[in-house]
Amino acid sequence: MFYRIPEINYFRASTLEEALELISKLENVKVLAGGSDLLIDLKIRRYEVKNVVDISGIKELSYIEDRGDHVAIGAATKLQDIVESPIIATKAPVLAEAVNEMASWQVRNVATIGGNLCNASPAADTAPPLLVLNARLRLVSLEGEREVPITEFFLGPRKTVLRKGELLKEIVVPYERGAGASFIKLGRRNAFTLSVVAVATLVKVRNGIFDDVRVALNSVAPKPVRAVSVEKFLKSREVSMSAIEEGAKRVLQDISPISDVRASADYRKEMSVILTKESLLRSLERAGVKL
Amino acid sequence: MKVSFILNGEPVTVDVKPNETLLDTLRLKLNIKSVKRGCERAECGACTVLVDGRPTYSCNLLTAQVEGKEVTTLEGLRDDPIVKELTSKFVERGAIQCGFCTPGFIITAYALLKSGKELTPENVKKMLEGNICRCTGYKKIIEAVTAAAEALKK
Repeated sequence: MFYRIPEINYFRASTLEEALELISKLENVKVLAGGSDLLIDLKIRRYEVKNVVDISGIKELSYIEDRGDHVAIGAATKLQDIVESPIIATKAPVLAEAVNEMASWQVRNVATIGGNLCNASPAADTAPPLLVLNARLRLVSLEGEREVPITEFFLGPRKTVLRKGELLKEIVVPYERGAGASFIKLGRRNAFTLSVVAVATLVKVRNGIFDDVRVALNSVAPKPVRAVSVEKFLKSREVSMSAIEEGAKRVLQDISPISDVRASADYRKEMSVILTKESLLRSLERAGVKL
Repeated sequence: MKVSFILNGEPVTVDVKPNETLLDTLRLKLNIKSVKRGCERAECGACTVLVDGRPTYSCNLLTAQVEGKEVTTLEGLRDDPIVKELTSKFVERGAIQCGFCTPGFIITAYALLKSGKELTPENVKKMLEGNICRCTGYKKIIEAVTAAAEALKK
């Protein structure tokens, strides 16, 4: 037995109310939604945690609902349920595209979308699609609720705006009618892998002009980021290959990759430009735009 | 703490520590040996079990997390026609070398065949990506699973 989970106190919450009481009362506490990241983090002593609150059994946190102009996803919804959801397939297909490439079937059966976001890994794969969809996160505590745009949720590696006693309850994903979106992930291998860099893009085109362009990347900054320089350059510009190539290069102004076990910073920079271009082209194709 | 769940159709109650994994409970307390201790970090798939019918790594799950759930291992599927078909196809196609990863592959493949998901060789490969064979016999494993699916259709 090589890995051991340190001794912990385990609390099982069966309602949201109960979970909020536990996490506000307990010190040195972590929320366990599926545990796919947390238990490994405990095994490798990434965190010193005394108390674990298991929210996986809270039914009111697991749902995917079509609410017309947006889709609401409960924070404890399992990744595999997102992959298989007909609602996500129609209203936010780029999210399903990204989640389908995350980890493995066994992991997707326990890992949750809320866990992926709250764990705030710079390589979180649910982040780029949710960033380009302008998702909003509903955070709840005993004091009440607040809504935070996902662009403001991440603060840095493993850091979010979540306060002590606060829990992510729901992800609100606006339905982008008429948009084309895509997600491309580069890993060290094709199967069951972490991102070296991943890019999501979303475009809306009217009369041959970029009406809206959104680009987001992970693994190339301390947190998943929007590539605002690319977006600014392309917005209101005529759709053309040269504009896309020029725009994709601007991604370098938005990222600050490091070298680590998965890739060098230089490789990440080069691939960010290439994948931004590829993903923009794919998004245009899906929006029905011919170059 | 006491945890109660259904193991292979039978209710069980075990006394566990909060930090105990399902893998340890199954192997050390419940004598379930088809579930293998491999990487212990949710990567290799040798410890795969079904929790409420869904393939899950037992090395990265607290036993406390399966309270009230149904846990299935190959011990509970000995007489299952799908598992029998898979086993015979694994043997026929030479999809087993050292055999350590085999129970994990069979139970994941069983869940896949039960799921009613489309079974192209591409999809079989995709859904089995969470199981690693270090003898590197993937081609024959994928062939065996696809062949079992074909045989069961008839």
